[in-house]
Amino acid sequence: MTEHNNNEVGRRQFLGRVTKAGVSIAAAGIIAAKLYDVQGPKPGVKAEDLVTLPDFSIPQENGRTISIVTGPDRTQTVGMAIELLGGIGRFVKEGQTVAIKPNVAFASPSKFGATANPDLVAELVRLCYGAGAKRVIVTDNPINDPASCFTLSGIGKAASQAGAKVILPRDHLFRHTTLTNGRLIRNWPIYFEPFEKVDRLIGVGPVKHHERSGASMTMKNWYGLLGGRRNVFHQDINTIIAELAMMVKPTLVILDGTEVMMTNGPTGGSLSDLKRKNTLIASTDMVAADSCGAGLLDLKVSDLAYLAKAAKAEAGTTDYESLKPKRAAVG
Amino acid sequence: MRIVTTRRISQAFFFALFLWFCIVSTVGEKIWQLRGWPVDLFLWLDPLAAIGTVLTTHTLYRPLVWAVGVIVLTIVFGRFFCGWLCPFGTLHHFVGYLANRKKTAVQRIRLNKYRKAQCIKYLILIVLLFMAAFPSLAATLQTGLLDPICLVSRSFNLLLLPILDRSVNFISVSARFYEGAWLIMSVFLTAVLLNLVIPRFYCRFVCPLGALLGIISRFSIWRIGQKEGECTDCKLCEKSCEGACEPAGKIRISECVLCFNCLDDCKHELIGYQTIPSRTGEITDPDVSRRGFVLSLTSGVLAVPAIRLSNKIGANWHHRVIRPPGSLPEPEFLKRCIKCGQCMRVCPTNVIQPGGFEGGMENLWTPVLNNRIGSSGCQLNCTACGQVCPTFAIRPITLAEKLGQDQFAQAGPIRIGTAFFDRNRCLPWAMDKPCIVCEENCPVSPKAIYTEEIFTTIRDGRLTVKEAAPDVIHVEQNLVPGKFATGDYYCVLDADNRIKIAANTENSIEFSPDQKLQKTPPAGGKIEIQVRLQRPYVDIEKCIGCGVCEHECPVSGKKAVRVSAEGETRSADRRLLLEPG
Repeated sequence: MTEHNNNEVGRRQFLGRVTKAGVSIAAAGIIAAKLYDVQGPKPGVKAEDLVTLPDFSIPQENGRTISIVTGPDRTQTVGMAIELLGGIGRFVKEGQTVAIKPNVAFASPSKFGATANPDLVAELVRLCYGAGAKRVIVTDNPINDPASCFTLSGIGKAASQAGAKVILPRDHLFRHTTLTNGRLIRNWPIYFEPFEKVDRLIGVGPVKHHERSGASMTMKNWYGLLGGRRNVFHQDINTIIAELAMMVKPTLVILDGTEVMMTNGPTGGSLSDLKRKNTLIASTDMVAADSCGAGLLDLKVSDLAYLAKAAKAEAGTTDYESLKPKRAAVG
Repeated sequence: MRIVTTRRISQAFFFALFLWFCIVSTVGEKIWQLRGWPVDLFLWLDPLAAIGTVLTTHTLYRPLVWAVGVIVLTIVFGRFFCGWLCPFGTLHHFVGYLANRKKTAVQRIRLNKYRKAQCIKYLILIVLLFMAAFPSLAATLQTGLLDPICLVSRSFNLLLLPILDRSVNFISVSARFYEGAWLIMSVFLTAVLLNLVIPRFYCRFVCPLGALLGIISRFSIWRIGQKEGECTDCKLCEKSCEGACEPAGKIRISECVLCFNCLDDCKHELIGYQTIPSRTGEITDPDVSRRGFVLSLTSGVLAVPAIRLSNKIGANWHHRVIRPPGSLPEPEFLKRCIKCGQCMRVCPTNVIQPGGFEGGMENLWTPVLNNRIGSSGCQLNCTACGQVCPTFAIRPITLAEKLGQDQFAQAGPIRIGTAFFDRNRCLPWAMDKPCIVCEENCPVSPKAIYTEEIFTTIRDGRLTVKEAAPDVIHVEQNLVPGKFATGDYYCVLDADNRIKIAANTENSIEFSPDQKLQKTPPAGGKIEIQVRLQRPYVDIEKCIGCGVCEHECPVSGKKAVRVSAEGETRSADRRLLLEPG
């Protein structure tokens, strides 16, 4: 064979090449057709990708909505407060999974009261397991560095020692939501995944002074569920707190007024910011709990505009006395 | 066991140890977190860091005494550090092996021959050391730019780890960011990829630590060399020679990294590790010409005043060069910082960043706080950066000292800067919108950010009354429904009557039952809508410059409150307050 002949294409070879070329052209065409986008992308998250936080609330029972217990020891007062509402068995059933959302906003030692008290969180975990809970998780999306917040506040250690799983807010745990009738929470990322598959949700936080909103209590505690650049909501703090109260329907909230941060809130940072009031409130109505808590900060209900807004949105009542709170003193 | 196997085990062990220390430089209590792991070990062992800081400060800072051990061992054994211990050397060794393993013996012998340019590393060393030894206050420590231990620490901790952890977020809850990492990456990739051209390129031509150890190894007691016997001159001993030190001829002791490949490759067992000089002779001195020496010495001496011409540590200092808490005054700081990046790695909030050229050339890769990056400015209850600093550039302060408590109460807290409001950008100042996120998050007690309440009439806020009742006023103008229902808006009837608005419709303003109007304005009367604002101020006597306010400021492009380094405790000439504390 000559060199020239080597370069000639045989029929078989030619057909082979034509087939390959044909398949490649077809593939390019099919892929282009599949990906063809006539409009370009729309801004924001698609409606079908939006999520809604489940409703964790339990049926109301007359006279067992709110309890106010006084005493210096949180582990005792919280036990009594829950007992007065019907016992932990009313809130957590055998085999259920429970999420506890403490206020872990700041990387601050627990003694300064800027975060939920670790002993209190641990006691709640123990109570849940005592009621037969299958799994208890403790989580928050803090303002300061999350890992540092859980470590320095002591909540991470206390919760895990009590048997809870501590979950830190990683990016993939957030989803976008839109609150029905909400004005601010629209197409906004919330800390969602840890709460998606639990049966019960318990919020727990301290009573703290807050220059912008007046007070940070159980409703403001749900700010920790907001993701994204949530600080922009401070322009309309009362509306966002009210909308949080509409968005989150917890099983139970615990408002810890054992040591109340009277000044320099919500960060505190000094023991002189705290005042011992030895009061702990448990409630299935967080508007009532916060309305009651306002008194611990020497505030009236009307001083906290978000309370009236939340009440108007039927998230609860500001007239907590109408609920006939159960009262007791321990220790 | 063959000695090269032992060497490989040693390299693998120390490389693994290095990786482990990279991982565990995470603040926390778990076994894979910081606890008490000696994460600075390789930096302590680094003789270049030790000699560099000795030249600048005339003292040997405590942990760097480890490096004396390395120097002693080098005097006994030669450059074992390069061939057996150095994680960067191991990386080059491995990459060089991968790149050249398919080459023929002849090609490899050619690759591993000695090159005149290997003297460049000595010249680099001379420049860096003379910069450090510069007499007077102006000495500067720039060894860290090319020090292999600093380079590899920086590259692994600030580059590879964040990239690898990004998808799993195992080490850090949220992704870590390092500004200007591209430059660190460029240097690292260049150094590693040059192994494709010549194996151990960095070690042979660039590494100032290798050069230093090369100079020291001239005194070594044991050396590689040929024993008495019949050498066939096959040159196989140079086939895998890592240091390109020519064991077949006159071996260059200063280039030998003690890889022991020659010992293994010689079929006639003529190479030994011995106390007597090689049969074929040896060259102990680095191949530096007098001209090269003088030139690099002069460069080193002139470099410092040249760099300092920009006056970046004098009056022209850059306000964004905010150093971590506990940092020494700038001239002392620059005498000690080796740019290893350990503080940037360990910082739990990721706020400590590798510096760029904003503070002059010396600022490159030194720690600078950038409150826009990370999870929350400089965390109040944290002193991690000073604890890992291997050279005392950042002092290992206690929390009490940082916060100005106990015996430090008199001195007050350590300030790293001062926050300043940009009233042209701040929502309550410039746009009549309530906000004060900065005040909320100020961690100091009492807060360094305080507010003053003012009421100001909003744009289009002068309205005409159509009709009024105690709980509602109808107005002539059109309003945006609900706009004034936020709890921040008030209706002003006259100087004595300012009533909070509960809600509004398109043309009416409503009041809540407990805040009704005492007297109703007449039809045709004028009312004003005012917004209640809390305008933030900084109390410079309280501000510590932590930057949490800047981090949290919702004006996210150019922040409306920004920290600059004025007022930092460490330098008297940048102080703002007349009285300390």
